[in-house]
Amino acid sequence: MSSLAATRQKAGFWSVLWDYLTTVDHKKIAHLYLIGGFFFFILAGIEALIIRIQLMFPNSEFVSAQFYNELMTMHGTTMIFLAAMPLLFALMNAIIPLQIGARDVAFPFINSLGFWLFVFGGLLLHVSWFTGGAPDAGWTAYAPLSIYSEGHGLDFYSVGLQIAGFGTLMAGINFIVTVISMRGPGMTFMRMPLFTWASFVANILILFAFPALTIGLFLLTFDRLFGANFFEPSMGGNVIIWEHLFWIFGHPEVYILILPAFGVFSEVISTFSRKRLFGYSSMVFATVLIAFLGFLVWAHHMFTVGLGPIANSIFAVATMAIAIPTGIKIFNWLLTMWGGSIKFTSPMVIALGFIPSFTVGGMTGIMLASAASDFLYHDTYFVVAHFHYVIVGGTVLGIFAGLIYWWPKMFGKILNEKLNHWFFWLLFIGFHLTFFVQHFLGLMGMPRRYWTFLEGQGLDLFNLISTIGAFLMAFAVLIFVYNIIITSRNGEKAGADPWEDGRTLEWSIPSPPPYYNFKQLPLTRGLDPLWIEKTEGNGKMLPGEPLGDIHMPNNSFIPFMFSLGLFLLGLGVIYQGPYWILGIIGFLVWAGSMFVRSFKDDLGYYIPKEELEKEGDGS
Amino acid sequence: MKGWMSRFKVIFTLALMTIVLAGCGEPFLSALQPQGESAKNIYDLMILSIIIMTVVFLVVMIIYVYVVFRYRRKKQQEDHIPKQVEGNHALETLWTVIPILLLLILAIPTVQSTFSLVDTSAEVNEEGEDLDQIWVNVTGKQYWWHFEYPDFDITTSQDLYIPTDRKVNISLLSEDVIHSFWVPPLAGKMDVNPTGNRNEMWIDAHEEGIYWGKCAELCGPSHSLMDFKVIAVSPGEFEQWVLDMQQVDPDAVPESATAQEGQELFGDNCLACHAIGSSPNKTGPNLTNFADREKLAGVFDFTEENLHKWIQTKGRDMKPGNLMVQAPYDLTDEEADKIIEYLLTLSPSEITSANAEDGNYIESDLSAIFPDEDEQDEEEQDEDEAAEEDNEDEE
Repeated sequence: MSSLAATRQKAGFWSVLWDYLTTVDHKKIAHLYLIGGFFFFILAGIEALIIRIQLMFPNSEFVSAQFYNELMTMHGTTMIFLAAMPLLFALMNAIIPLQIGARDVAFPFINSLGFWLFVFGGLLLHVSWFTGGAPDAGWTAYAPLSIYSEGHGLDFYSVGLQIAGFGTLMAGINFIVTVISMRGPGMTFMRMPLFTWASFVANILILFAFPALTIGLFLLTFDRLFGANFFEPSMGGNVIIWEHLFWIFGHPEVYILILPAFGVFSEVISTFSRKRLFGYSSMVFATVLIAFLGFLVWAHHMFTVGLGPIANSIFAVATMAIAIPTGIKIFNWLLTMWGGSIKFTSPMVIALGFIPSFTVGGMTGIMLASAASDFLYHDTYFVVAHFHYVIVGGTVLGIFAGLIYWWPKMFGKILNEKLNHWFFWLLFIGFHLTFFVQHFLGLMGMPRRYWTFLEGQGLDLFNLISTIGAFLMAFAVLIFVYNIIITSRNGEKAGADPWEDGRTLEWSIPSPPPYYNFKQLPLTRGLDPLWIEKTEGNGKMLPGEPLGDIHMPNNSFIPFMFSLGLFLLGLGVIYQGPYWILGIIGFLVWAGSMFVRSFKDDLGYYIPKEELEKEGDGS
Repeated sequence: MKGWMSRFKVIFTLALMTIVLAGCGEPFLSALQPQGESAKNIYDLMILSIIIMTVVFLVVMIIYVYVVFRYRRKKQQEDHIPKQVEGNHALETLWTVIPILLLLILAIPTVQSTFSLVDTSAEVNEEGEDLDQIWVNVTGKQYWWHFEYPDFDITTSQDLYIPTDRKVNISLLSEDVIHSFWVPPLAGKMDVNPTGNRNEMWIDAHEEGIYWGKCAELCGPSHSLMDFKVIAVSPGEFEQWVLDMQQVDPDAVPESATAQEGQELFGDNCLACHAIGSSPNKTGPNLTNFADREKLAGVFDFTEENLHKWIQTKGRDMKPGNLMVQAPYDLTDEEADKIIEYLLTLSPSEITSANAEDGNYIESDLSAIFPDEDEQDEEEQDEDEAAEEDNEDEE
């Protein structure tokens, strides 16, 4: 550790940069995902603020109608694909290998490739702001509006998301294989911490859901750029097919976002109640069931499309069924706290804020599932309120609880608790202020995606309240950013188990962990392995293997070049004409990267046993 | 005593909720003050689901508050290690079964309403006979609404006249992108899809009034300005309106000389897109009863000033993205004013939106606008033939 720290101190900016550009270490890729995801989170947050300013007063012309549609589209697209998912991947990358007692993910190279594809896909999407207008057909990009949309906005949408989607698929496959094949000695499936379980299931969802998006985006790309007519009604195309493809992906996507957050809360609640998770096996079962049902309900986004009452009824009842495993989870969390010893650290307080918020989101979810009354709710602010209650009240709170909880493990320093609490309360109050009244706006007749609303419709007051809430949320995020800055300067150094109640393997190794994670892979003797050693052993993990050489992967610049190539190729495809030259260059860079990767053997290197012995016991 | 108390509580909660919800929004727009059968049905379903969900929420919150206060870590217990409980089968079964039962209570009426809200079969009167059905073919276009009454041979745009206390069947089709037809106080919404995916629903109104309709599916920059109005008048007044509209002579010459000049200018510059009288032309809104419109272009105050601005700017900034900007005309201000004078004469019926708000209710069984059974059959045949001809034309 000491030698590593010494080299890091000496390292200049450029060598650190080069290290991060080429890294295949899951812990550094987690940092990258965090930076990338947070950047897009701030960006989409600013877009949300502009939207709320526009809707603060009736008949407002703060932004133009066209610009509003671009803002609204990019807010949704960015938040879902480029903020929430990468931030979850940051947590997964940082924690999953540690929780299962592994030295890295199964495919470190693909891990890096997944990240750089996400970054370049996201950047390509955002290039559209500077080249004549961002996509403007909503994040759902319903055809034929998305086909008729002028300019190149929707081309950037389809190609950019395609590239970012490749990255997500790769990350998903990587984590599935990691969990299946990289678990340490004694770490059976039913001993895995719930965050790992939930993330594992979410990645299976990615594997099966994203291909539908991939296909949909390909069809859209061909319609827009190469004269195909899949969704062009006047040429015999069918616009409803896009809706099906989109939601076959889109509904599981909701669970991809929420399941890892459920996992975070399961860890946090169990840790800070000092109790084993109540009904662990039913929690696992509920997670898998939610995922399975998640594939059977996509048409509840399409109740008003005219699928007919039979289809609507089937999808309504199937959707209601999801409430059952979700309810199981809520009650299991409550019973985990029952009889426990609850410590109100900021991650725990966030978890406590999550339970009622998400319950409200679940309630409105059941209301929406009722197909007949969805004729009222559909495409109104009621829906906007509902999905912000589950995504902000569930996923975003989960991400922040996870970040604060694992920050010491990721960066070796503890975030200032006082500021964490301020952050949470401002966010929590702002969130309810913003979105609770939106339920009523919807019922009072305000459809969603409205650039402006007229005076005298009784919608003024609630819109104003909503905007005030949005600013509170923005202020909360500023406090969090400030906290990161002061913590990185003079934060308290973290030990191996800074929360003192750690139960799982990640808390048995130093913070931040050495680059090889575990000198000797630990032996897992049951659920919550560290807790078992704390109560039945000497508080330290027993080694599950003798000390030996450790095989490590080499850094690689190929993922960066590979993604850059696709980025240029994407630009060429979008603009065509003379820009094909750019596309050809991109293609060559991309194909070259694949060629080098395929034909140049990279067998990694070994850390010799002697060096490991020199570094002490690691704690 | 206890049973009485709980019943009282339920009634009290219900009453309180009704008051709170009814206080929300404007009656012409809010779905919380339903004015039609369909909306009422949805509203009742919503209240049922809110009650069930509130019960669940309260149970969760009671356990939550108890746990948080009872089991917080106290100073003297810093080293306390709670008992590590694995789970409890009885409890876990309980909170699986009870939600299933609660969901069943909601699922049954949901399925019933899901079928009834799109059931466009004929209403039956007290004698068990089918009532004549009123059908309206609705066309959604960027960013306005077109209404055809195929049984009456009437065409209009933006203002949809319906009789109260009568089911009106709606058939929806778009000519460009997807829109969604929504009149919150009267009924739920239904998407207006382009070719090949025609949707049907029905609306009705219990009270006379002007109800605001909205487009609820993102359709472009002016999505939020794609309003229309439903004007519900009493059956007798509706009958009168239909008869008046059927008498319209598109070429009727207005009285004043300026208006006559305006008519000529209108013919040269506007008629290619805007029809007067019953016409299949729906490139632009039908202007048969233009002077009776509630709003200009769906959202603006109906003033000569606004109308002038609209004609001269082609609505470029008033409704961004609207297709009238492609119209090739070029008019001087005087010419525009002449056209306006002509347009303001287009008021073929004495029944206007004012009749929806005057509280004057005229009974009728609408028999005057539905010909006798036998004749109707013949007419239907004619219509079928006409429809076939239309199809051939399209091919």
